[in-house]
Formats: sequence, structure tokens, C-alpha cells
Amino acid sequence: MDKILVGLKRVVDFNVRVRVKNDGTGVETGGVKMSINPFDEIALEEALRIRERGEAKEVIVVSIGASESAQQLRTGLAMGADRAILIQTTAAADPISRARALLEIVNREAPGLVLLGKQAIDNDDNQTGQMLAALWGRPQATSASKLELNGDTARVTREVDLGLEIVDVDLPAVVTVDLRLNEPRYVKLPDIMKAKKKPLDEIPIADLGVEASPVIEEILFEPPEQRQKGVIVDNVAGLIAALKDKGLL
Amino acid sequence: MTKILIVAEHDGQTLNPSTAKVVACAAEIDGAELDVVVFSDSASDVVVQAAKLDAISRVLTVDSVSSKNALAAMIAPQMVAIADGYSHLFGPSTTFGKDLMPRVAALLGVNQISDIMSVEGSHTFKRPIYAGNVVLTVKAPADRPVVATVRTASYQAVGSDNSAVVENIECTVELPTHTRFVELKSASSDRPDLQTAARVVSGGRALGSSENFDIIFALADKLGAGVGASRAAVDAGYVPNEMQVGQTGKIIAPALYVAIGISGAIQHLTGIKDAGTIVAINKDGEAPIFEVADIGLVGDLFKLVPEFTAALK
Ligand SMILES: Cc1cc2nc3c(=O)[nH]c(=O)nc-3n(C[C@H](O)[C@H](O)[C@H](O)COP(=O)(O)OP(=O)(O)OC[C@H]3O[C@@H](n4cnc5c(N)ncnc54)[C@H](O)[C@@H]3O)c2cc1C
Ligand SMILES: Cc1cc2nc3c(=O)[nH]c(=O)nc-3n(C[C@H](O)[C@H](O)[C@H](O)COP(=O)(O)OP(=O)(O)OC[C@H]3O[C@@H](n4cnc5c(N)ncnc54)[C@H](O)[C@@H]3O)c2cc1C
Repeated sequence: MDKILVGLKRVVDFNVRVRVKNDGTGVETGGVKMSINPFDEIALEEALRIRERGEAKEVIVVSIGASESAQQLRTGLAMGADRAILIQTTAAADPISRARALLEIVNREAPGLVLLGKQAIDNDDNQTGQMLAALWGRPQATSASKLELNGDTARVTREVDLGLEIVDVDLPAVVTVDLRLNEPRYVKLPDIMKAKKKPLDEIPIADLGVEASPVIEEILFEPPEQRQKGVIVDNVAGLIAALKDKGLL
Repeated sequence: MTKILIVAEHDGQTLNPSTAKVVACAAEIDGAELDVVVFSDSASDVVVQAAKLDAISRVLTVDSVSSKNALAAMIAPQMVAIADGYSHLFGPSTTFGKDLMPRVAALLGVNQISDIMSVEGSHTFKRPIYAGNVVLTVKAPADRPVVATVRTASYQAVGSDNSAVVENIECTVELPTHTRFVELKSASSDRPDLQTAARVVSGGRALGSSENFDIIFALADKLGAGVGASRAAVDAGYVPNEMQVGQTGKIIAPALYVAIGISGAIQHLTGIKDAGTIVAINKDGEAPIFEVADIGLVGDLFKLVPEFTAALK
């Protein structure tokens, strides 16, 4: 295939413990470390390995977001992507609008494969890939832990509640990746320098002619109920006594 | 008029317990009429089980050989074809529902609400984001169907004393051939199912090998518990992926959860927030798991767990 398209979403780093703003309108992101969504890094790693095996010619990374998302695209270029597209939007794009925006890019680039994360670790929606596949009228294989390309088809091993499900999909297709697919490479300093010269196109979302859907309003952000710290027992006898106390033994 | 269509999750023989939990969530919406739809090639037993679910009016059956392996690409167009007249379409946030429902939502041109944990009104719901560190109240537009997945760990299954009407629906929508099921590999076990077990014992990276995991299985057998694991234990290959508990694994709500040699990373904790009692055994007294454990025991698992197992009758 010629091209693989990979989605890179800018999210609060997974090590950061997010805090809700006092007025409940969102979470504090000021001064917080931002990163590529970890699943998307895995998606990109897979795309790079496919290209390195000679099964694809070009890897394009795409992000939908404000101009800061260019940082994550630069990281993607440093990892080895060939070029980047930033779909600019300051308003938060809801999942279906993002899927429609990605579809426009898909129509322009005609990739043989679209690799996305199975979920973004901020909103935890787990929707975008399935929506893109539906709008595109193409197969989806979600939560992939193994991906083999066989010419016009791909064999995907999916992590499901019962174990591992294997499906064959015709290409082009959307595959969303799970954590065990691979371990992403580290970016080396010279690669960061080289990445500065790689093309990064910016397209305002309005130029894609994406139809707006009524969004799901976000009304209130709250911290979850906290569990109380319990007791520390000294030994196994204490543990058994505490469990009996609670009627659990 | 609030009419809710709930997609049944099943394996051809048995209705998955997630379905009764989705019904419980939907029943919290005032004045809602609930229908359950079974897409299958010939799931007569499943239909019988579904018809017993309390609070539902009808079971719709849509028969098609293409539904055999519950592929989203096959089920989604059929669900959309019968969606007319429903104000809400609900599925479980299991891997089945997560795969299917966004595809349904996109075909209907709407966003999906993921992981409903509480119903605040017919179009207003609470859901967890940021690995459960934030609870977000969302409101769906009133003039479009609400497509949602339900966080099953937040709900108790409805009872099964009903005998709902069963109706067969013809669905002639054209289905794609671009997606083909090959096989399902499942490490079958006769232990209680992780997602519904009243008790769960989980092991972490500290176990060090799959042989050592026998310590966890031995305790689980004594307790009649299901067995789970941290991501680190799954990544290291000690146990299969279906045992992972957490943000990217299973979200569970057993009455008793025993975490052994698990540090308590937020991504793990989000999977056990709704557990009744959490017990932690860890050699590091500062491990974050002790912040949430109801009962903590500090020490070497290789000594303490066999001792605990032996002490149980
Ligand atoms: C200030 C603010 C306000 C918001 N307001 C609303 C609102 O009113 N209504 C609403 O519905 N949502 C709103 N959102 C939500 C936001 O758009 C979420 O990102 C989205 O709803 C769902 O997210 P997800 O990223 O969890 O998607 P998922 O479906 O979990 O993402 C899966 C995969 O899709 C790809 N992907 C997702 N997003 C991008 C991206 N931006 N660029 C490239 N690839 C991507 C990635 O590969 C990712 O791994 C708001 C967000 C913010 C920050
Ligand atoms: C995007 C993303 C998603 C993730 N999703 C999940 C998820 O769904 N589920 C999940 O679990 N993790 C998930 N993780 C990983 C998570 O961040 C942690 O890395 C993981 O949970 C750690 O597993 P652990 O507690 O077994 O290992 P560790 O953190 O290494 O902890 C091992 C613990 O064992 C203790 N120990 C060691 N030896 C002994 C002994 N002899 N006796 C007693 N105690 C001992 C140590 O004190 C330590 O606390 C995710 C991470 C990311 C980035």
C-alpha cells in the first residue's frame, strides 16, 4: 500500500493526576505536561514498522486540535512519520465531527490503512475509529494486539472480554490499537532536529466543510467520590478477623 | 415518548449478564418503555432468557446468519434499520458494546455517550473520564436519538420474573462482506467469571512468573473467587489479556477484591472503584493501593498468601 494514516491526539500525560477546576467547568490543564495519547504512539510505531518492512511507502500523522497539537505532530515526525497534518480547531471537536474531519483527510489521501488508538486517555470515549469506519463504509478492527498485512486484506487479533478474537478485514480499513501491540521507540535527539524539516500542513477545520452535529453538552466536571483509607492489620489472623467482621468470611 | 432499544449481548446460547445491567440503567429513565433486541442466527435460548428480564416490554428478534459472530460491521446497519421511533439506543460498555455502539451512532449522525454511570434525566447522564479521576455530567440534544454505552459495574442486574412479548422483525438491509470472523481464542476456565464474580483475587507484577501465579489461583479457589491481574502481569505474559482489570481492561464491582503485589496505579484503581471491600497485600507500606484498601496487610506475598490460603477452610 502507499499510505498509512495515523491519528495523534494531544492529551494530558498519563502520569499526571488531573484536577477538576473549582467552578466545575473543566479540568486544570494549565502548566500540565501534555503528550501524545499513549495508544496513538503505539499506532504510529506499528505504522513505522509496516513501512520499514516495505509494506507501505508513507506514514502520515494527523491531529485535530489547537495549534499546540503541532508539538505532538513534531514528536510523531521525530519518531519517523514522513509528514503531518494539523486540522486546526479551537472549539472542542466532538467525536463525530472529528470522525468527519478525518474522513475528509482519508478522501484526500486515500490511505490503505488508518491506525488510531482504541481510546484517548482523557475522554476515554473509545469512539473515533468506529465512527470513521462507519462513515467511510469500511471495516473496523478495534483493540488490536496483533496486525498482519496480507496484500488486500489484514488479519487482526483483537483483545475482547472473552480472550482474543481474530478477524480478517479487506483493506482499506480502520484499525484501533491496544497497549500490547508493540512498544514504541524512543525519539533520539538528531531525529528531533531532522523532524523540523519535515512538512507539517495546517488546515482550518472549516476548510474541510465538515457538517456540524449538535454536540453533547458538558455540564459539570466533578471529582469522583473518594474511597476512605481503611485499616492496616498486622498479620493473616488479623486479616481473617477483619474479613469476618465485615461478614465476608 | 421515551422508548429505549437495548442490544442484547450473547454468545448464541447464553445472554450475557451485561444486558440485565443495561436494562437496569435504562429503567431509571422516567416513563421509559424498554425493548431488547437479539441479533442472531438462531438464538432461541437467548430470546427465552431475554424475555424474562424485568422492566422490559418486548424482545425483538432479528435473525440473520451474518449476526453469528456479533461483528459490529454486520450488527450496526441492522440496528440502525430498526432504530426508527426509539429515543434512546443503549448497549453495554463491554468490548462488544464499545465496538458496536459508536458505529451505530455514526450511521445515525450523532455522538455517543460512553460509559453511563448514573441517570440524571432522560437526556442527562454522568460518566467517568480521565481514568475515573473526573466525573462528567453530559446532556445530549433532545431532538436526536441518544446512543450510549452503560458502565455495567455501576448497575445491579434486574430480576428475571418477566415474560415479555417476543416479536420477530424482518430486516432486509444489505450487509457488507468486508469483515470476516476467523476464530475466538479463549482460555476457558471453570472459575467464576471476572466481570460478575462476587469475589475477585488479582495478582500483579510482583508474582514474577506464570508458575508463581498458582499462588493466586489457589487462594481464589479457596474463596470461590474469579481471578484478575494488573496490566504489568498481563504484559509480562503471566496470564492472558482477558484477566486485565483497569482503565483498559475490565471494570468490575465485586463485593470483595483482593489485590496482591499490585501497586495501585490509577489506571488499575479505576477498574475497582466500585468494589465493596478492597484488601491489599503488598510489601511496600507506602504503595498507593493502601490509600484505597479497606484492609491492608504489609509483607511478602510469597509468605502471606499461602498462609492466608491455608487458614481458610
Ligand atoms: C475544552 C473542551 C470542551 C469540550 N466540549 C465538548 C462538547 O461540548 N461536546 C463533546 O462531545 N465533546 C467535547 N469535548 C470532548 C473532546 O472533543 C473529546 O476529545 C471527545 O469528545 C472524545 O474523545 P476521545 O478523544 O476520548 O476519543 P476516542 O474515540 O477515545 O479517541 C480514539 C482515537 O481517535 C483518534 N483521535 C481522537 N481525537 C483525535 C484528535 N483530536 N486528533 C487526532 N486523532 C484523534 C486517536 O487516534 C485516539 O486514540 C471537549 C473537550 C475539551 C478539551
Ligand atoms: C494508557 C495506560 C493504560 C493502562 N491501563 C491499565 C489497566 O487497565 N490495568 C492496569 O492494571 N494497569 C494499567 N496501566 C498500567 C499501570 O500504569 C501500571 O503500570 C500497572 O498497573 C502496574 O502493575 P503492578 O501494580 O502489577 O506493577 P508494579 O507497579 O510494578 O507494582 C508491583 C507491586 O508489587 C509489590 N511487591 C513486589 N514484590 C512483592 C512481594 N514479594 N510481596 C508483596 N508485594 C510485592 C511492590 O511493592 C509493588 O507495589 C495502564 C497504563 C497506561 C499508560
